[in-house]
Amino acid sequence: MKRKEFQEEKFYYASQWQLIWWRFRKHKLAVFGGIVLLVIYTLAIFCEFFAPYDPTKYNSRFPYAPPQRIRFFHEGKFMGPFVYGYTSTVDLKTMRRVYKIDKSQIFKIKFFVKGDEYKLWGIWPSNIHFMGVESGYMFLLGTDRLGRDLLSRIIYGARISTSVGLVGVFLSFILGIIIGGISGYFGGAVDNFIQRTIEIIRSIPTIPLWMALSAALPLNWSPLKVYFAITVILSLTGWTGLARVVRSKFLSLREEDFVMAARFAGASEMRIIFRHMLPSFMSHIIASITLSIPGMILGETSLSFLGLGLRPPVISWGVLLQDAQNLTAVALYPWLLTPVVFVIVTVLCFNFLGDGLRDAADPYANL
Amino acid sequence: MLGFVMRRLIQMVITLFVISVISFMIIELPPGDYLTSYISSLAATGESLDQAEIESLRKQYGLDLPLYARYFKWLWGVLRGDFGYSFSWDRPVSELLWGRLGMSVAVSALSVAFSWVFGFLIGMYSATHQYSAGDYLATFLGYVGLATPNFLLALVLLWVIYVTTGVNLSGLFSREFIDAPWSFAKFLDMLKHIWLPMVVVGTSGMAGLIRTLRANLLDELHKPYVEAALSKGLPENKVFWKYPMRIAMIPFISTVGWSLPGIFSGETITSIVLNLPTVGPLLLGALRSQDMYLAGSLVMFLSFFTVIGTLISDILLAWVDPRIRLE
Repeated sequence: MKRKEFQEEKFYYASQWQLIWWRFRKHKLAVFGGIVLLVIYTLAIFCEFFAPYDPTKYNSRFPYAPPQRIRFFHEGKFMGPFVYGYTSTVDLKTMRRVYKIDKSQIFKIKFFVKGDEYKLWGIWPSNIHFMGVESGYMFLLGTDRLGRDLLSRIIYGARISTSVGLVGVFLSFILGIIIGGISGYFGGAVDNFIQRTIEIIRSIPTIPLWMALSAALPLNWSPLKVYFAITVILSLTGWTGLARVVRSKFLSLREEDFVMAARFAGASEMRIIFRHMLPSFMSHIIASITLSIPGMILGETSLSFLGLGLRPPVISWGVLLQDAQNLTAVALYPWLLTPVVFVIVTVLCFNFLGDGLRDAADPYANL
Repeated sequence: MLGFVMRRLIQMVITLFVISVISFMIIELPPGDYLTSYISSLAATGESLDQAEIESLRKQYGLDLPLYARYFKWLWGVLRGDFGYSFSWDRPVSELLWGRLGMSVAVSALSVAFSWVFGFLIGMYSATHQYSAGDYLATFLGYVGLATPNFLLALVLLWVIYVTTGVNLSGLFSREFIDAPWSFAKFLDMLKHIWLPMVVVGTSGMAGLIRTLRANLLDELHKPYVEAALSKGLPENKVFWKYPMRIAMIPFISTVGWSLPGIFSGETITSIVLNLPTVGPLLLGALRSQDMYLAGSLVMFLSFFTVIGTLISDILLAWVDPRIRLE
């Protein structure tokens, strides 16, 4: 009895963010999504370290090598993690390389091994990789046409693909909050005009429009320029959803008692907006931002897949999937489709996380 | 009702106008004008135009006029059915447009039908069997359906079908039927292919429909009026179909409007992956070769169809739900 009372008391003293956190914690799927995303972003941030190989390193001996399985037992004896090597022969009829597992070659997988040289974030030189083999080779997800390690390429691709979502959403957030704020705060004719504009933008099918806009990017632009141009294109249509959320919150909060109280107390308009209104709908905005990141990631993937977005030598998941456009290649080398798994898992986790945040965003509902 | 329709019609005209401006911008976007790239592509093949021909082409496309005048010249052409000239196909755009657009609309309409029928059945099952294994499965599939972009689903399904049956389902017809005139056999052959784009494009919309229908039905099912009807002894089936179902049906009509941009979007990229004879591959090809009159017209028409579709669904919605038209 005493314990329950104490808990209730804690509940009433808790801050808004504390309540949101308690509510969010109950949403198991959202917590799970959040953890997976943390892992993916950690891989992306330190991709030089986590990738076992340099993603651009050609290996003429192993084009289209299938994924190696991690094993622990060699002829019934425990060895720790290792992979078997391959013997390869060229099939003279089809001119394709055929790989056979060679059990006499054992490559032990070690952690923090020395491998290809790299510069972390282009600054700190090192050659320590999270995992790898000291002698031999390890292609856990197979290799591509040029014998480049697919796992390393996917990890490097994660940096581009997942950051496009964040940068794009940041731009849409700025546009959305300014335009939505103006619309909701002033109301009337301004609001009407902005709402009609949003409706028009939303009525244009996004992919054809994105395709047309990104096809107009000059071919001689540097990868970095193209990257930012793509995020700008994606956020040109992406801001409308956020603007709508901001506007509707502004409209409903304008009538709230605490806004009225602040106005009577002589607070300036700016102070009312930033000190009183913004904090009370920040949680909703975070939730809808989370839910709009997947659209950006998929947008970049689609455009790069079609060859209109980022182009090799830049590595993104969409660029990697260009190799999977040819059905016969995919049928022979199905591991070329593995980037699909990463795209879907990332998007799915953002949806889980966003749904959980949306439910938790209003901690005072259904008390 | 009439007032509502009029208001929406005026809004639509404005929207169409803005879309035409955006499409014109797309045409004008690439650096340099199309005539220059046309001349250089001719030069690459060894042909050349004399100065008089270039001048007459310049005049014909109004390249000597200022931007706004070019826009109105172009718009005037569009209103009379002249969309400019496709340099890469060496034919007027209007000749290329209609067949492809028709196919796109057909595939999109089938996808909407698919997502409606299955979204309705699954959503209804989910709501009436809340927290059952089937409900969890439907919710899970809905999540995955929302997270999987169309083109990836198309890619994976194409691969699975190819590996398991050895059939390459890309395209809309088998090779022997591509240029054949329409016949019953060709129709059957098309049915063999068209289900794949239909399922692929339909799934993402279906996932949304399942979620809204389930949520709406669950809201309605526990309202007092349902309890009252049940306690008066009305059979469960009758109550369910007569009241909550009718209200929960509204999203089916309203979401068509919102989902149309997504459907056309998905159709474009899916048909590129599946190599269907629809707008998608044509648009990609036009953009790659900077055939901008064709590309701009395609984007414009895809948007037009979306806007018209939205208008129809809005009018239907107002007709079904009086709260909307009185707003």
